[in-house]
Amino acid sequence: MTEQQYKNWRLERDDHDIAWLYIDKVDAAANTLSAAVLEELNDILGQLKEDRPQGLVILSAKSSGFIAGADIKEFTTLGGQSDAEALIGRGQAVLERLAAMSMPTVAVIQGFCLGGGMELALACRYRIADEDPKTKLGLPEVNLGIHPGFGGTVRLPPLVGAPAAMDMMLGGRALSARAAKKIGLVDYAVPARRLLDAARNVVLTSPIPKKATGWKAYTNHKLARPLLARYLQKQVAKRARKDHYPAPYALIDLWQAHMDDPRRMMREEAASVARLVMGDTAQNLVRVFFLQEQMKALGKKDEIAAKRVHVVGGGVMGGDIAAWCAMRGMHVTIQDRSHETLARVMKRAHALFKRRLKQPRLIQAAMDRLMPDIKGSGVPKADVVIEAIFEDVDAKQALYKEIEPQLKKDAVLATNTSSIPLEVLCKCLQKPSRLVGLHFFNPVAKMQLVEIVRGTQTSNKAVKQAAAFCRHIDRLPLPVKSAPGFLVNRVLMPYLLEAVTLEEEGVPGAVIDKAALDFGMPMGPIELADTVGLDICLSVARILSQQLDVPVPNRLEQLVAAGRLGRKSGEGFYRYTDGKKVFAGDSKEYTSPADVIDRMMLRFLNEAVACLREGIVDNADLLDGGVIFGTGFAPFRGGPMNYIDKIGKESLLQTLEVLEQKYGSRFRADAGWIDSE
Amino acid sequence: MVTRNKEKPVFVVDGARTPFFKVMGKPGQFRASDLAVAAGRPLLARHGFDPGQLDEVILGCVMPGPDEANIARMLSLRLGCGKHVPAWTVQRNCASGMQALDCAYGNIASGRSNLILAGGVEAISHAPVLLDNKMVAWLADWARCKTMGQKLKALSQLRGGHLAPIIGLLRGLSDPLAGLSMGQTAEILAYRFNIDRETMDAYAVDSHQRLAKAQDEGWLDEIEAVYDSRGKHHLHDSGLRRDSSVANLAKLRPVFDRNFGRVTAGNSAQVTDGAALLILASEEAVKQHQLPVMGRIVDSEWAGCDPSQMGMGPVHAMTPIMKRKRWKPDSVDYWEINEAFATQVLANVAAWKDKDYCNDELGSRSAIGEIDRDRLNVDGGGVSIGHPVGASGARIVLHLLHVLERTNSKRGMASLCIGGGQGGAMAVERG
Repeated sequence: MTEQQYKNWRLERDDHDIAWLYIDKVDAAANTLSAAVLEELNDILGQLKEDRPQGLVILSAKSSGFIAGADIKEFTTLGGQSDAEALIGRGQAVLERLAAMSMPTVAVIQGFCLGGGMELALACRYRIADEDPKTKLGLPEVNLGIHPGFGGTVRLPPLVGAPAAMDMMLGGRALSARAAKKIGLVDYAVPARRLLDAARNVVLTSPIPKKATGWKAYTNHKLARPLLARYLQKQVAKRARKDHYPAPYALIDLWQAHMDDPRRMMREEAASVARLVMGDTAQNLVRVFFLQEQMKALGKKDEIAAKRVHVVGGGVMGGDIAAWCAMRGMHVTIQDRSHETLARVMKRAHALFKRRLKQPRLIQAAMDRLMPDIKGSGVPKADVVIEAIFEDVDAKQALYKEIEPQLKKDAVLATNTSSIPLEVLCKCLQKPSRLVGLHFFNPVAKMQLVEIVRGTQTSNKAVKQAAAFCRHIDRLPLPVKSAPGFLVNRVLMPYLLEAVTLEEEGVPGAVIDKAALDFGMPMGPIELADTVGLDICLSVARILSQQLDVPVPNRLEQLVAAGRLGRKSGEGFYRYTDGKKVFAGDSKEYTSPADVIDRMMLRFLNEAVACLREGIVDNADLLDGGVIFGTGFAPFRGGPMNYIDKIGKESLLQTLEVLEQKYGSRFRADAGWIDSE
Repeated sequence: MVTRNKEKPVFVVDGARTPFFKVMGKPGQFRASDLAVAAGRPLLARHGFDPGQLDEVILGCVMPGPDEANIARMLSLRLGCGKHVPAWTVQRNCASGMQALDCAYGNIASGRSNLILAGGVEAISHAPVLLDNKMVAWLADWARCKTMGQKLKALSQLRGGHLAPIIGLLRGLSDPLAGLSMGQTAEILAYRFNIDRETMDAYAVDSHQRLAKAQDEGWLDEIEAVYDSRGKHHLHDSGLRRDSSVANLAKLRPVFDRNFGRVTAGNSAQVTDGAALLILASEEAVKQHQLPVMGRIVDSEWAGCDPSQMGMGPVHAMTPIMKRKRWKPDSVDYWEINEAFATQVLANVAAWKDKDYCNDELGSRSAIGEIDRDRLNVDGGGVSIGHPVGASGARIVLHLLHVLERTNSKRGMASLCIGGGQGGAMAVERG
């Protein structure tokens, strides 16, 4: 066995004269395809071309997986479009060299195989994946506002056919090894113990490489492409607008125009990605990616040994929190006073597990981990107790008094309250410092953010433990100060109420919602209010209005008084049948006032500035991250503070001044606009 | 007789069961392992030890489902006991649940184990449907056919009778040696002890009324609610007929000795699904984990009897315990004799009063005495609650301890008859 030293790779030769090339990026927890890693690979391939081994097997020396993707940090240091194109071209050339090797080449894939890593695997002649559920294969570039750039768009469609290829690249979702085998992305999905045997066997027998056959092959045909492209554009349009998210559209165009000419397509792929990566959308989405990483780092898993969770309150929030924790592997007890409520929790949980886990074995295991607990027997063994009962000080305090003496010494006691100050709730406790807020958002399974509410009495340890717990259940922790509305409801509510005021003034809901969608919000504020429930909006609004200049529109009070509570009651601003919005009529003839979006967004931004000034969160980055993951605030705009920087404070302040003169004090610019200079 | 003096004391810490679900023909919503999990999960949750600290899990089950081989191991893993807790399944027909308790009792008494989860489960509605042996043989031949000609020939040998399914449950409920169904053995007892239809029907009505009262009084807190995935929960034994009356029961036709028999569906145990589990512990375990104590298991006995009169098992099993303990019927505060059939319980009561039976069959010179009906199956039994065969033995011991606790009394005896001609009995004491 011979060995040669590289910084990021290790090359071995075995008795069969097969070259085993291990990627092991230096000083990194996960392998990424940085420029340095690619350059070394280029040298190794050059050497192997001379040495002519029987075959080349590429695999990872890290337990974290194969290759997690390109080095995203390099995206942020690009000088310009030509710089970007050069970098991409270089990567393409190295992988092209791999693809052109005369001996059989095999990628052995365990764990993450994403983005550039997937493209490297695609440049190999064969791919063999570990069938363990940890194996994830995908091309998630669209999530960063670009598309594959190392030849992925050229190599994938002929391999698996256009529908599967475009689904992978447009959706950005990762596949399991089994799913990858099914569509032909990998040649074999085998248990880990058979990976090396399989690779050796494939090298020595060198079977005909797989590619799409039959109707799948025809989907890439010149005549089929325009048709399929139009269909794909329609599908994409349902999820993302071209002016907000250009990448998927660019990908479809690239494929439609150039699939017949791989050489040309390579060049066009590089040019397209270079264009996209320098655009605002990609730069902002990359920012969001790093914000997410930053928030993940706020919770360190080893701060808490969380195995058992006890949730009190089987309403939608409590029940869904419990189900989510069980799905993430916790042993969960869910307490409520009524069997009926607990039965509903189990039904919703079962539906969630079925949707997400699919395999009956896994669904059963998750159901087994979630125990309805009418007597509250789970408290003494719980590592984390989450109270999610109705918003009533006395009821909550009575519950804490019952729970506290039973708690394990180091257990976290958390409340999901969105409106009662922790400083009030903790008064009944022997050890008030242990009470911390874990404020989840609805729907729990979708909203990644959890606000970690720090009361003035809350200990650092409790905050750290709560944040760590969030990482155990794969949520993003955001420490926030205990102040009305915390961060997310605080910035959301003025915006929502301004929308209600506009509606009250006679602007149709559909017009208001469209303005917000045009800005890039995931859902219009009027529909959002209906979805959250107008009664809940009203109660949050009232709490905020006690301390802030947030007038509560009469319209909201009237609707709630009339029992029109939104989606759940069948009618709010809109009407609903079976939870679906009834078409509210066409408002094309209506000419909307010019300042609709300004009125809504400036209240949003003004409140965000106020939150930062008051130190609700620690810095502007966390504010942006929190608002994006907590409200869905247009990710391609990179968050409210980032947006303010882009547009410029001056012009936004001018707009605020105009609005204040016209509509009053609620538009008065917060002191933070000036302070933060 | 084995000397039982050196035994270590065996404590019953706690127990729980599911409601018993009347079988409605189709497979029920819950498989046997689901029911056992539903009973075991809340039971383990309310005690301080970690499920992984159990020494073993022992479960009685007559007929686990096709995917439930060694169902005790499935249970222990699903309860989160972890891979290191061993688990085994026992089968002694209708007494499988009691057998599991007896195995646990023996292992703790001898010092082999300290902390055991034991009990029984049965999902009769999920009992496998089997293929006739002729069909199995045909399928084996079919698999060997290679040519079309061979296949056609094999097909021509297939007969309609090959396809008749064998309901595993019905086979389990009949005695292959005596050639009798369990119901027919009950008819034999009715004949032998001269128990008429009205008496057994009246007993059945009483069973329902006792269960109804127990439900209303909240005496069945041994039951843990079972939640399904469709948004419903189940709290009560579904076999209870509050409207049961002698007049109503009189309308039913005999099922076993058709036309002229006395045993009907109304005065027999109901076919049900359910699970019952108990935690048994040694003195060390009780101290180590600060466990509560419901009572102690102080003796147990297994006995054989005539398979065609298998219903007499209880007197055969209880008598040796009474002798060892020098107890008279009066010295036992409460009794649970599983109601496989109303007539079978009545026959056992009659047998102990009958000098000849005691003399000939039980080796006792005089009649043993009378079991007070007011102290026997006080909250109903198999006729009203149901008899999930593998679970009943554990249920009666558990409920007996609850009755002793409620009435603040000391001594109890649980017993059941076993298809194939056996009886099992277990004596418990409080305080």
